[in-house]
Amino acid sequence: MSRQSVAKAHEKIQELAWAPLYHEPVSQYGTDYTFSKANKKDPLKQVLRSYFPMQEEKDNRVYGASDGAIRGNMFRQVEERWLEWQKLFLSIIPLPEISAARAMPLLFRTVPNAELHNGQAIQMIDEVRHSTIQQNLKRLYMQNYIDPAGFNSSLRNFQNDYCGTIGRQFAEGFITGDAITAASIYLTIVAETAFTNTLFVAMPAEAAANGDYLLPTVFHSVQSDESRHISNGYATLLMALADEGNHQLLERDLRYAWWNNHRVVDAAIGTFIEYGTKDRRKERESYAEMWRRWIYDDYYRSYLVPLEKYGLVIPHDLIEEAWNQIWNKGYVHEVAQFFCTGWLANYWRMDGMTDKDFEWFEYKYPGWYDKYGAWWENYNRLSMPNGHNPIVFEDVNYQYPQRCWTCMVPCLVREDMVMAEVDGHWRTYCHEACRWTDVEAFRPTFQGRETPNMGQLIGKREWETLYHGWNWADVISDMGFVRDDGKTMTAQPHLDLDPKKMWTLDHLRRCPPLQSPNVLLNEMSDDERQAFHAAYVRGGPAGRYAPASA
Amino acid sequence: MTSTIERNLPHPHFTDAEAGAKEFPDAHARTFNYFVPAKRRPTHYEDVTVEVQPDPRHYLSQGWLYGFSDGRGGYPLEWTALKAWGSDRPVPERYPGSGGRGYDWPALGWHEFRDPNEEWELTLYRYNSNVVRQINANIDTARESKAFEQWNRNWVHFVERHVGAWMHVEQGLGLYLFANANRRAPTNMHNNAISVNSMHRIRFAQDLALYNLSLTDEIEAFDGTAHIATWNSDPAWQGVRMVAEQLTGIDDWCEAIFAANVVFEPLIGELFRSHLVQQAAPGNGDFVTPTVVGAGEYDYASRDLRYTRAMFELLVRDREFSDHNKTLLNQWTATWTGRCLAAARTLQPLWSQPDWKPPRFEDGLDLCKNRFSALLADLELTTPKELKQ
Repeated sequence: MSRQSVAKAHEKIQELAWAPLYHEPVSQYGTDYTFSKANKKDPLKQVLRSYFPMQEEKDNRVYGASDGAIRGNMFRQVEERWLEWQKLFLSIIPLPEISAARAMPLLFRTVPNAELHNGQAIQMIDEVRHSTIQQNLKRLYMQNYIDPAGFNSSLRNFQNDYCGTIGRQFAEGFITGDAITAASIYLTIVAETAFTNTLFVAMPAEAAANGDYLLPTVFHSVQSDESRHISNGYATLLMALADEGNHQLLERDLRYAWWNNHRVVDAAIGTFIEYGTKDRRKERESYAEMWRRWIYDDYYRSYLVPLEKYGLVIPHDLIEEAWNQIWNKGYVHEVAQFFCTGWLANYWRMDGMTDKDFEWFEYKYPGWYDKYGAWWENYNRLSMPNGHNPIVFEDVNYQYPQRCWTCMVPCLVREDMVMAEVDGHWRTYCHEACRWTDVEAFRPTFQGRETPNMGQLIGKREWETLYHGWNWADVISDMGFVRDDGKTMTAQPHLDLDPKKMWTLDHLRRCPPLQSPNVLLNEMSDDERQAFHAAYVRGGPAGRYAPASA
Repeated sequence: MTSTIERNLPHPHFTDAEAGAKEFPDAHARTFNYFVPAKRRPTHYEDVTVEVQPDPRHYLSQGWLYGFSDGRGGYPLEWTALKAWGSDRPVPERYPGSGGRGYDWPALGWHEFRDPNEEWELTLYRYNSNVVRQINANIDTARESKAFEQWNRNWVHFVERHVGAWMHVEQGLGLYLFANANRRAPTNMHNNAISVNSMHRIRFAQDLALYNLSLTDEIEAFDGTAHIATWNSDPAWQGVRMVAEQLTGIDDWCEAIFAANVVFEPLIGELFRSHLVQQAAPGNGDFVTPTVVGAGEYDYASRDLRYTRAMFELLVRDREFSDHNKTLLNQWTATWTGRCLAAARTLQPLWSQPDWKPPRFEDGLDLCKNRFSALLADLELTTPKELKQ
C-alpha cells in the first residue's frame, strides 16, 4: 500500500458504513439469536488495496508450482492409491467452499455490525477463490494423471453418489436454517476453526508423502485464507455470548455442529490419510495422532475451553466421545472398510491393503489385524473378477449396515445404533447424538423454547431406498459410473488398468438386486424390528454379524 | 567434523502414473463430461464453474439435505419472479425404487448463462490487482509532482464532499445488494458473476475512501470527513441515497441486479461519474480523480454491465418465458426509471459548484437517457414513459 499503514487505511474504510435513513435493506434470513449488547471490531483489518495483490501473489506461486509439476513430470511419481481417493475429495470440496461464499449474506442482517460485514464480504470472495482453484486442480489431475475416469465425471458423481451426499452436508449446513447456526457456528466456529486443520494441513502433508506436491500447494494457499475466516467467526461468537438468551442455542448448535463435523470429516479425511497413503513409516503420524494434535489440543483445549469463562457451554462429552470413536471404536477403520465394501457404488479405484499396510496399522492401532485383517485379505482375494461377485455379495462375515438418517454415514459402530419412529417412519442413527440432532435439535421448539428459525433435515436421506429392488448393473448405469466403452465400471477394487482385470456391467448383471436396509426395516413387524436391533448392536467390529448366542 | 543427522523422510518412487502410460477405457477421456459447453469446446472458465452448485433437476438424486424452517432448501427458483425455460417442470420425484435420474442437462434455461467476462479466481485477482496498482501509481505520481497544488479551492471542496459521497453508494450496493444476491441465484455462473460485481463495488468504495485519505494528507484544506455529512444531510444527495436504500430493500434477486445495473447505473452512476466528475476535473486542474473514478467506471461499463446484458438477454429471448419476462422487466423498468430520474435531478445543483463548469446537466442527462434507451432496446424492452420526465 502506498505510504498508508494498513491500520490507518482500515480505520478510514470504517467511514464507508452507513445506517439507512429511508428504507431498510431486505431481510431474508432469520435467526433465534439476539445481538443487543456487544459490538465487536472487524478482526480481519483487511483492505482490498493490499488484499488483491496479496492474493495475486499467492496465485502466482500456486500456478507456478502447477506449471512446474507438469514440466517436471510429477505424475511419474504420484501414488495411484492416493490420487484415486482425491476423486472423491475433489468432487466434494468445491461445493462447501462456494457454499461458504453463499453463506455470508445470511449474516448481514442478523449480525448487526457493519464493521464485521467488511470481513464477511472478503470471506465471500475468498471462498470463490477456493472453489475455483480446487476445480482447477481437479482439472489438472484429469488432464495429466493416468486414469481420468471419476475426475472427468466428478460433479455428476458427487451429486448422485452416497459418499458425495454425505459430504454435501458440509456445504448445505452452511446456507440454510437459522442464519447463525448455519453461517457462524456450523461454518466458521466448527468447520473452519476445527476441521480445516485436518482437511487443509494434515491431508496435504500426506499428499506430499505420496508424490503429489500440487495438493499441498493449493490447499496451503487456501488455508492461509481460512485463518482470517476463523477470526470472523470468533468475533460473531463473542457478540452472541454477550446475550444470555443465546447460551442455550449456542450449546445446542455446538453439539450439533461438532458431532456432525466429526462424523462427516473424520470419516472422509481419516480414510484418505490412513487408507489412501503408501507412506508406512512408523514415525509418520496416524490420523488419530493428527486429530489429537490439531483438533483435541489446538481447537478444543486452546480455542474452545478458554471460552467457558464467557459462558459458553462446551460439549466436553461429545468431544471425548469423538476421540473414543476414533481411538477405541475404530471409526475411521470401519468407514474405510465400508467404502471398500461398497466400491461398486462409487467412482474411484480403491486399492487393497498389503502386508506392509497391515504392519503399520498394527503398530499404530494395536489389535487392528484381529479386527480387520481377515476382511482385507478377503478384499484382495476378491478384487479381480474371477467367477465370483463383488465382496459385498460374498460370505465374508460382513453385515451390510443401516444408514444414519442424520449424518448419512452408515451405522458402522454397531453397538451405538439407535432407532426412532418419526412421522410414522422408522429411522436409524449411528449414535445417540445423531438421533438427538434429528429428533430434538432440528425442531421448531427446543427444550420448551420456540425456535421458529431452526432449519429442517430434508431430502431422500437413505441412498439405497432410491434403488430398492434394482439390478446393480442398472444402478451403476443410472448413476453414470461407467467408462467410455459403455461397460467397464469407473470404480474398481484394485489399481490394475488391464481391461481384462476390470469389472464391467456384465459382472454386476448377475448379482442379487439392491436391497434398501431402511425399506426392509420398515417392512418388519415391531417384534422383528426390535429383534433386529438387538442383534445389530451385538454385531461388529469390522461389520461382523452378532454371535449366534447372546 | 560435520555430523550427519539421519532424517526420516517419505520415499517417493517411480510409479509411471502419468497420462498416456497405458491404454484402457476412459484413458483419453480428459474433459468434464457432465455439462454441454456453450461453444464447441469447454472454456477454462466453464470447467471451474459449471455445475459446482448442484440442481435436483439433474444429478442431485437425493435432493437438498438441509432446509430453512419452511422446508425449502438450496436455491429456490421462486426467489425471482423471472423464469427460464423448464422452470415450471417439477423437480423429478424420487421414492423407493425410483432411481436417481433427473432431466437431461441443462434441465433449465438458467444453466445456459455464461459470464462473458469468464471470471474465476485467477482473472478476478489479476484484474483487481492491476487496478489497485495503477491507482496507487497514479496517486503517487500526482503527489510527487505536486499535482494537488493545482486544484482550486472549490474543486477541493467538491472532491471532499461529492466525490467522497459516492463511496457510500458503492459500499451500500456492493454489500447489501450484490453480495447479498450471491446467495439467491440458481446457478454457480450467476452467483460467481454477482460476487465479482460485488467486489468491484466494494473495491471502488475503498479506492475512493483511501484516495480521500491521501488527499487529507496532501491538501491542507481538505476535510476528510466532509463526505459523511454530505451523504447524511446534503439535500443534493438525499434523492440518490433514498433510491440506493430502496435498491437494497428489493427481495427479488433479478429485480435487484436489473434495477442496479440496467437502470440506476446508466441514469445516476454514469451521469455523476462520466458526465460530471470526469468532465469537470481536468478544467479544475485535476488529472488524478478521473483515473480513480475511471477505474470504477470501467468496472461497470466494461465488465459488470457486460455480464448483466448476457444474463437478461437470455431471459428476454427465453424460448418459453420470453413474454412473461419482458412484461415483468418492463414493469421494473418503469418503476425504477421514475425513481432514478427523480434522484438524478436532485444532483443537479452539483453541476454549478466547480469553478470550471462541466457540460450542462441536461446535456449529460440526455446522453444518459439515450444510452439507457439503447440498452433497453438491446434487451428488447420498451422505453418507459417515465423517461420523458
